[in-house]
Amino acid sequence: MPEAILTATEVTAGYVPDLPILRQVSMTARAGQITLIIGPNGAGKSTLIKAIAGLVSVTSGAIALGGADITGLRPDRLTTRGIAYVPQTDNVFRSLTIRQNLDLALRRAGADGPARLAALLAQFPALADKQRDKAGTLSGGQRQFLAIAMALATAPRLVLMDEPSAGLSPKAAQDVLEHARALTAGGVSILLVEQNVNQAMRLADHCYILAEGRNQLDGPAQDLLDDPVVGEIYLGGRRVGAA
Amino acid sequence: MIQNMIDGVLTGSYLSLGAIGLTLVMHILRFANFSHAELLSLGAYAALVFDALFAHLAPLLATKLGPLSLTWSLSAAILISMVLTGVSAVIIDRLVFKRVREKGQELSMVFASFGMALIIRNVIGLIFGLSPQLYSKDIAFATVLSRDPLILVKPDQVFVLVAALLLMLLLHLVLSRTTFGYSLRAVAENPTLAQVNGVNLQRTVLAVWLIGGGLAAVAGVFYGLSHQIIPVMGRDLVLPIFAATIVGGIGSVYGAVLGGFIVGLATNLSLVLLPSGYTPSVPFLLILAVLIVRPHGLFGEARA
Repeated sequence: MPEAILTATEVTAGYVPDLPILRQVSMTARAGQITLIIGPNGAGKSTLIKAIAGLVSVTSGAIALGGADITGLRPDRLTTRGIAYVPQTDNVFRSLTIRQNLDLALRRAGADGPARLAALLAQFPALADKQRDKAGTLSGGQRQFLAIAMALATAPRLVLMDEPSAGLSPKAAQDVLEHARALTAGGVSILLVEQNVNQAMRLADHCYILAEGRNQLDGPAQDLLDDPVVGEIYLGGRRVGAA
Repeated sequence: MIQNMIDGVLTGSYLSLGAIGLTLVMHILRFANFSHAELLSLGAYAALVFDALFAHLAPLLATKLGPLSLTWSLSAAILISMVLTGVSAVIIDRLVFKRVREKGQELSMVFASFGMALIIRNVIGLIFGLSPQLYSKDIAFATVLSRDPLILVKPDQVFVLVAALLLMLLLHLVLSRTTFGYSLRAVAENPTLAQVNGVNLQRTVLAVWLIGGGLAAVAGVFYGLSHQIIPVMGRDLVLPIFAATIVGGIGSVYGAVLGGFIVGLATNLSLVLLPSGYTPSVPFLLILAVLIVRPHGLFGEARA
């Protein structure tokens, strides 16, 4: 089994003090794998990914990256630790050009910046042709690829993706998810939150199911996909063990 | 009419400088800073003090620059004033706004900024008195550009316009060519996304106060070159600067520049139709018109 790259232990977190959205959620993301988080609306999926990204206050529990505690670290500090975050919406700077978006993300790469920019443009050729265009003019799929390219700028160990296929056409959604899969071949680990459950579970290695801010089930993605109980929980919102 | 347009452009040059800092602060920190215009007063008076000090210490510095009423000592004083006003803006944020921001609501910030404006205005009045002050007591002669219609321009006015445009060009180059500029624009557009892309929000906010304060100081001195410097100049300028910010679109530096010139032109052109007593209402009308027709202003967008 690959080594654990990120571990969340009994994390309680929320946007307002004394009103936790996540309640003692635990999970592990492993190196070079896609770890999928699914659950009904309001389950706390996005809150979990934001808590890991440092955007939501963690009131108890711990988050560790490669064994080092990163609980409560500022989002900009986390980028230097090897975590990148791709938000669900508004994930590029629309008023900046594509090149300016990439330059902004790459400015921490220092001397490696030009080489890394060339690599990113080779990896995302659709962006290379539109470097001077404002990011706000891109289509949904292209915007998502720019957001992923920005996340990859600092050569992260772990990329947090919050519903990357949301609002995209089925073809663009498939392209984005397949690109996420391809990234893991290069050693990048991905923690993915997705509503597009069937498609995402086919690509993911391990899956966690949350409901009402708590862990419900977890296991190999393919096993859960084949499990009839999962469909009942996810589609019907019933909790395991509930009458 | 042409004279009014020229005066409008000149008014717009210092309004734009004042509006740039306000638009960034309003967008990034999400509050209407009604004390921003007082930074213009602070800058104008700081330059007044250091101008007198430098001229006293080195009388040669009191020499005028060509046809301008600007002296070497005032030029140096402007630089000192920019730094002092920028630092003052940071200190005010740390002592007042940051604390209210962390504990209070958005409305608390508005009241805090009103209170801060009153404090700065009255402290200036207490120290310098209520009498008007001037950078130069010499009469500045205007150059006649045309006798029919009569068009007059003072050398100081040309200097103010050129210097303001150069500062705006410098800011444009920073915003459009440097990663620091991209960071400022990124934070203005989407602070959360900027943070997850490695931008240090606290440092950027610090830079915004320094830049906004520095530009406000220059705007205050430029205002003082063509008007009397009085402790209530901030009160007189707050509405036009807010109008420039709202017309241009909150968060847009380029909008603030354009908004400043639109407000300056509209205010001066209104003199053709209205008695001068009504001109302070023009920025109000512009704010209303923009909020009705285009609520996000000319260059503004709904923020993320």
